[in-house]
Amino acid sequence: MTVTTQTVTVTVDGVVVEVPAGTLVIRVAEMLGTAIPRFCDHPLLEPVAACRMCLVEIEGQGKPQPSCAITVADGMVIKTQHTSEMAEKAQAGVMEFLLINHPLDCPICDKGGECPLQNQAMTNGQSETRFEGTKRTFPKPINVSAQVLLDRERCVSCARCTRFADQIAGDPFIELLERGAKQQVGTSEDQPFDSYFSGNTIQICPVGALTSAKYRFRSRPFDLVSTPTACEHCASGCTLRTDVRRNTVMRRLAWDTPEVNEEWNCDKGRFAFPYTNEGRLTHPLVRDDSGNLVPASWPEALRVAAAGLVTTGKATAVLSGGRVTVEDAQAYASFARDVLGTKDVDFRARAVSHEETAFLANHVASKSLDVTYGDLEAAKSVLLVSFEPEDESPIVFLRLRKAALSGTTKVYAVAPYTSAGLAKMKGTLLVAGPREEVSVIASATNHLSSDSVVLVGERAAQTPGALAAVAELVTKTGAKLAWIPRRAGDRGALDAGLLPIDGRNTSEIVAATGSAIKGLVVGGVSPEDVDGDLMAAIAKAQFVVSLETRHTKITAEADVVLPVAVVTEKAGTFRNWEGRDRSFPAVTPTPGALSDAEVLTELARELGKSISVSDFWPGVNKPALKADSASAESVGTGQAILSTWRHLLDKGSLQSGEPYLAATARVAVIRVSPATAQQLSLVDGATATVSCCGSSASAPLIVTAGMAEGVVWLPANSEGSSLNLPSGCIVEVSQGGN
Amino acid sequence: MTLTPVLSAHWDEADSYKIGGYMRHGGYTAFKKAFATGPDEIISLVKDSGLRGRGGAGFPTGLKWSFVPQGDGKPHYLVVNADESEPGACKDTPLMMANPHSLIEGIIIAAYAIRANHAFIYIRGEIPHVFRRVNNAIREAYAAGYLGKNIMGSGFDLEVVLHAGAGAYICGEETALLDSLEGRRGQPRLKPPFPAVSGLYASPSCVNNVETIANIPYLVNNGVDWFRSFGTEKSPGFKLFSVSGHVNRPGIYEAPLGITMRELLEHAGGVRDGHKVKFWLPGGSSVPMLTPDLLDTPLTYEDIADAGSMLGTGTPMIFDETTSVVRAVTGWLAFYKHESCGKCTPCREGTWWLSDVLHRFEDGHGTESDLDKLIDICSQIAGRSFCALGDAAATPFPAALKYFRDEFVQATNTPANETFDPVAATVFAGATR
Repeated sequence: MTVTTQTVTVTVDGVVVEVPAGTLVIRVAEMLGTAIPRFCDHPLLEPVAACRMCLVEIEGQGKPQPSCAITVADGMVIKTQHTSEMAEKAQAGVMEFLLINHPLDCPICDKGGECPLQNQAMTNGQSETRFEGTKRTFPKPINVSAQVLLDRERCVSCARCTRFADQIAGDPFIELLERGAKQQVGTSEDQPFDSYFSGNTIQICPVGALTSAKYRFRSRPFDLVSTPTACEHCASGCTLRTDVRRNTVMRRLAWDTPEVNEEWNCDKGRFAFPYTNEGRLTHPLVRDDSGNLVPASWPEALRVAAAGLVTTGKATAVLSGGRVTVEDAQAYASFARDVLGTKDVDFRARAVSHEETAFLANHVASKSLDVTYGDLEAAKSVLLVSFEPEDESPIVFLRLRKAALSGTTKVYAVAPYTSAGLAKMKGTLLVAGPREEVSVIASATNHLSSDSVVLVGERAAQTPGALAAVAELVTKTGAKLAWIPRRAGDRGALDAGLLPIDGRNTSEIVAATGSAIKGLVVGGVSPEDVDGDLMAAIAKAQFVVSLETRHTKITAEADVVLPVAVVTEKAGTFRNWEGRDRSFPAVTPTPGALSDAEVLTELARELGKSISVSDFWPGVNKPALKADSASAESVGTGQAILSTWRHLLDKGSLQSGEPYLAATARVAVIRVSPATAQQLSLVDGATATVSCCGSSASAPLIVTAGMAEGVVWLPANSEGSSLNLPSGCIVEVSQGGN
Repeated sequence: MTLTPVLSAHWDEADSYKIGGYMRHGGYTAFKKAFATGPDEIISLVKDSGLRGRGGAGFPTGLKWSFVPQGDGKPHYLVVNADESEPGACKDTPLMMANPHSLIEGIIIAAYAIRANHAFIYIRGEIPHVFRRVNNAIREAYAAGYLGKNIMGSGFDLEVVLHAGAGAYICGEETALLDSLEGRRGQPRLKPPFPAVSGLYASPSCVNNVETIANIPYLVNNGVDWFRSFGTEKSPGFKLFSVSGHVNRPGIYEAPLGITMRELLEHAGGVRDGHKVKFWLPGGSSVPMLTPDLLDTPLTYEDIADAGSMLGTGTPMIFDETTSVVRAVTGWLAFYKHESCGKCTPCREGTWWLSDVLHRFEDGHGTESDLDKLIDICSQIAGRSFCALGDAAATPFPAALKYFRDEFVQATNTPANETFDPVAATVFAGATR
């Protein structure tokens, strides 16, 4: 199929140019390097023509026209402010109007120095005001959410924020209220701006009306050193801009990468960075004669660590965690296999299975850009399995929503209920509790074709048979397949070979520590994420080396603690779910801060060996993919099968130290179907408690129509729910609790 | 020229608003005729009649109907704009009070012509008595079988929904009205797409004024020649002129288009005794004011335009010499400032600024340089704003300054209330206190 683009010929300021039909006049001017001033216009939002700043003269039209909303017609003669007195006067007039009620408090405004209003007032405004009255005032600032603050006096009513919330994020919780000069952005009385993407409104605000509680009054743009970086929080792979003042990160912005995050990011990526300065390990620690951890020099710590690892040798397991860069992952892989000689290595700090290991080895590892964001947008249908994009990979959510709203893509989800995110993608629920997932996946063939994509999340490892069923489904239908893990380092770690294709996996390592496994090398792992008692394993281990950025439960129990650099202190690469490399430089270079790879290199040298980076996967004997057997454990009275995932904003350790962000996290609820509620004698709206094996969580119950029967859902490790169990567990559900 | 009561012919009868009263004079016969004629033929008839929209813009009604695409498989909607809010305009409200069935029969015919099975009447929320009356009329029409499924066995279905606005002038703008009707904030929409292609619920829609639609049954019953026997070539037909202000008998006068203001003024009993016309506006506050020497201008779309104003809603306001032009213009601008929806910058900020400066004049604190500034501000609103409300807001001042500059100059040192006793301009002027 050949795509023919119709073109038209237009004249802009005397320059004749051929452009695709349907192009907006303002874009044509941009192509020619002519900047028409604008506020409401944004290339990723629908035109609204509200601010009237971009008025130009179009020959044959008696009055100036908004260039942001007029598409070119063949032969159109356009005159911008550079060649048309009418356009120049109209723009100057609009600018004057915008400034009469603007406080002109640029010297104390966060936006001062990077403000489209300030800049365009200079280029397209008048130097003196003719306004002599009293400006309109409002109390300020007001919160539209815990994180986003609104200064109504500065607002120019461009509606970029409200259009973003409605059109892009699908969270229309901010809207313009009142009318005339009293028009203002606001929220409903009982509904704050509840959106994972709220920070984007601050960034696209063309004035200083929306500011972030985190950044407000902290810095001036001209004091910042800006560096393009990559986000470390999830596998979406956003490009960010990190702004640093005096070696301290002041803020992070979404940076423009059309192939990946377009111009957006999520609030976690934008605001969750204070952890890099919190509770940091500043020097190595070793155990003294009385067993206390005491500071040590690098040479001493490396010597002690090497001596310990010599005694455990091949009986040492390596848990790298999923937050590593590609470079660090390669170092962990080589350190385990070449230096220690162990096969017991795993990056997965969560529930794992043999089925998943085989699936990852056969269908995911070392495949790059098989499926891209562009493919999601072009696909006829996308099937989500064990994957809730809004919570687990928010940029995938935004792209799927865009595709679904444009009408090209139909989204289906194998899930226990229609989540808010699925509804925003106009998705169709293929209802399945953990025990029905396999059969529902198998019968999803009629929704898929070779123009489809199946996106499977890391939670599929919690359902025996699910990944085998997915593999069979894509073989049958010809659909493309992609695996989307939660962490930024997961994909790079997999490609580097941190997968136990012939050794013990995370759960088996935990179980075998103290017997077959004597030593542990642990990277950035949170013990509560691991399926099994990692802390007990650490207690049983003969020797534990911890590579960590901060003081944790694990560093407190380790024999040697080696401090490593956080992302801002090192250069590296995150490989996103597409297999696309997202490289970043060090933004706050810190003397003495060593990356995991650098530490492992030194440790290897201490052991008389060296780290070597090689391509792991070619020639590897991949285990055959076969379904694990499903649990047959019966569900008793008062019990249900747990289904769970984490909210995007949860109790994850990389979100600490940012209370404004934490305050925007969704609070846990417990969900059951109407019939299950009746069976378990649960009342809608009342508090219920879910408990299992000694831990429990209480939250308000929401009876959810259309939900899978016999299933209880609540978020894991999230605000209001500390329960951190995999889906498929049989749990007690009861009325009441605190 | 004499008055020609058609829509208002029987308003003096006690039951003019009831279905019986309407039918006594041939009501509910036109739609049967229309059903027998066919929808395309009705559109042609309305085109041939030259009927122009009575809501202010004067767009040819038949042409508007013909823009609705046919056979597109989408639902079509007829929307009646009954949000009469123009300062000085009071013609649709009495029409709906006294003769609501002409509107309903007009709706049946118009909906039939554009193939709409749903019609909405968007009525301003501040007039609940009219809401009740139209609601009762709709109920009567349903009971008589003139609305609902399969009307009179014709196979044509029509549901009519009456919707009350929440008090916004902007919702008289057709696209803002559609947004409001859909439950959104009333703000004008970006055009294109035009309502005829993508209007209510993104479907082809036609938005017509109450008086326009009420004309239809009479047009269908009496034919094009009869209709064209009234008015002029470019402005055929008759019009409800609501004459208000300093006249002895303010009210509704139905006359052919082309009647002069002086003639209308005579019908209305002339200017208050002992007073004379100072200025007048042909159609609401959104059109430029005219002076007494233009009272002989025929009230047609074309003649009033030639005289430098607009026929607008055809609701003349007469002001005598007791009126302060400064106060009148300031009052209108306060209205536009209050009613600006806020969507676009020129109207939102411009009306606010104009009102601010004009209030200074009213208080006697204006400056002569402010007059140039006000003219400049108006020129930066007109033609720059998103919809016609901005253009309307920029209309009163330039015309007022053209004819009454001296009064504005005087207002640089004397408050308007000292130059013109506010009581003298009221109905109770001269009453013993």
